[in-house]
Amino acid sequence: MSETTTRTPGFDSADPEARRALMAQVAPEPGSAKPDPILKVDRIVRSFGGMTAVDVDHLEVQRGVITALIGPNGAGKTTFFNLITGFDKPSSAREGAHWSFDGATLDKTSPANVARAGMVRTFQLTKALNRMTVLDNMMLGATGQAGENLLKSWLSPLWRKQEREIEEKAKDLLQRFKLLEKKDDFAGSLSGGQRKLLEMARALMTDPKMIMLDEPMAGVNPALTQSLLGHIQSLRDEGMTVLFVEHDMHMVRHISDWVVVMAEGRVVAEGAAGEVMSNPAVIDAYLGAHHDTDLGDDSLLADATMEALADEVRDEEEAQSEAPRTTEEGR
Amino acid sequence: MTMDAEARTLAEEQGKEPSKSRRALVIAAGMAGGLVLLWLVGQFAPGDVGSIARAMMREALSPQTAAVAVAVIGLNVHFGFTGLLNIGQAGFMLLGAYGFTISIRYDVPLVPAVLIGLLAAIVFALILGLPTLKLRGDYLAIVTISAAEIIRYVGRSALLTDFTGAAQGIQGKTYRDPFTDLSFFGSGEASIGFLNYQMTGVNGWWVRFVAWTLVALCVLGIWLLARSPWGRLLRGIREDELAILSLGKNAFAVKMQALVIGGALGALGGMIYVLPSSVQPDSMGRALTFFAWTALLLGGAATIFGPVLGSILFFTVRIFIKGTADVVVPNSLMNSQQTEQFSWIVVGVALMLLVIFKPQGILGDKRELRFNV
Repeated sequence: MSETTTRTPGFDSADPEARRALMAQVAPEPGSAKPDPILKVDRIVRSFGGMTAVDVDHLEVQRGVITALIGPNGAGKTTFFNLITGFDKPSSAREGAHWSFDGATLDKTSPANVARAGMVRTFQLTKALNRMTVLDNMMLGATGQAGENLLKSWLSPLWRKQEREIEEKAKDLLQRFKLLEKKDDFAGSLSGGQRKLLEMARALMTDPKMIMLDEPMAGVNPALTQSLLGHIQSLRDEGMTVLFVEHDMHMVRHISDWVVVMAEGRVVAEGAAGEVMSNPAVIDAYLGAHHDTDLGDDSLLADATMEALADEVRDEEEAQSEAPRTTEEGR
Repeated sequence: MTMDAEARTLAEEQGKEPSKSRRALVIAAGMAGGLVLLWLVGQFAPGDVGSIARAMMREALSPQTAAVAVAVIGLNVHFGFTGLLNIGQAGFMLLGAYGFTISIRYDVPLVPAVLIGLLAAIVFALILGLPTLKLRGDYLAIVTISAAEIIRYVGRSALLTDFTGAAQGIQGKTYRDPFTDLSFFGSGEASIGFLNYQMTGVNGWWVRFVAWTLVALCVLGIWLLARSPWGRLLRGIREDELAILSLGKNAFAVKMQALVIGGALGALGGMIYVLPSSVQPDSMGRALTFFAWTALLLGGAATIFGPVLGSILFFTVRIFIKGTADVVVPNSLMNSQQTEQFSWIVVGVALMLLVIFKPQGILGDKRELRFNV
């Protein structure tokens, strides 16, 4: 599989033109082939009883770009994350479910092995280790620590040097995420947004090839959102692959090079951000016709607009009652 | 801004906090100082005060207190550092005691006999851990409490009278000799003030010396482990196992290591427990497990000295309550048998108050509980 392990020649992920040109080669259709996929997923199905939460036939994620995974609540995005990171097992495990990351097959593997392969995730509900210091949180992220081996752990000369290196690395990353002055605070004392930053920084301690962010912006204030966006983009510019789930369409449009839309467990559309968001299927399934309208805009309050909206709502409700939705958020 | 105020007090606390090694020295010195003070009171105070202090001091130095301290150190590895709910530590103790004493009765030398006792606990930990450590924490709690009872009932069973002595247990004199033969303390008696014991004997200075030396070694060992990256990994698993998995760590293997280490310490505690007395399955049942838990919570989970301080306090404070009740309450209201029961009630109430008002225990870091989600 030399094809998947070598990078596309001449591709510089920091250059927006190069990225646009690269992704322009890809057909904007569900399951389209990418020039250099780092993650390939085939026939992955997860059902809870009679309800199918995820049913993805084929999906490829391009190396070195930011891919956004969007979709309405209950579309199966988080379940899909859980499946490919080993936190959940596909129901189709014996019926051809197959996914590979960077050339290595991951069909039957534990979350720890997935992370060691270089695919590291964060969680929708932030999992900061609250009763440990920020620095300890970070240092736990480092891989290959000799001192984590029970037999070597009680002999500090065997790990003291590595420990210092890890600490330096952790401090560098904390500096970058503006958390350095908090390093001796307990993670539980940080604000929600700072915990998101900490979780992302901790994931980076593992030196991942691909980072998967589950709603990184949920509950983060606008100022911090800007810096988070900056961090994500700079990761991409350094050559890391980013896959993230997000509901904030402005953010998706702003930073993603490719957008995958899921609805009711399936991939319904793929494409560059602008194209996907004007795709009628996507508007129908997720965005709604007014996703570009600012809801705080006073002109919306004009009677004519309100009536038109009310009509639409009525139409939608009728359509909904004909085809009741059964999906729910996966976990 | 309450957040700001909290952050400031936190910063102040951190500023005041002495370095870790100094803190450890202060705690060790405080414990030693407390014991010396108790001895002085026992030696020189007249009347009832003196006699209560003497009873407390004897209890504090008792090898069985040391035995429980070792088992509590093991429990601290389980619960304090890793967050594993082991409600069957007495089962590990009993298994260690059986493994050790039965081996000696079959003429196994002392050191291999100790190893057999430890091995029994390790195998027990593996059997309990394999099916449950991949599940949620509650399952380990259920399995350990029932498995500990199974060990006790099997030990009591009449079918095994030749091995375990069934409900009668194993008499101390049948297994004690290899241990007392090792003594270099000589024979005769020695006194430190009112503390007067045989040098070797059944329950003398020798077993006290060995027991407390083992406690010190266990504290040292756990300190080495807890400060290492492995110890950090344990605390990470306690906080959030999924987060640790997502960072590429094998949480299952680490939890198993913690379970085995804590269980082996429990077995070691069990061996010390039976050395000055006899193996009685019913004296190592649920009650002993709960004593161990009380001592752990009293001293402070996830601390290094907490288990030792907690064990000493647990037993001495009970003697204090019993002695005081004996003296203060007239016999017509409460006779000495009733004060014994009364002391256990007070201990139970004290545990409840402790968990409500000082959940981190005496030595625990209150920040470790303040941000509990």
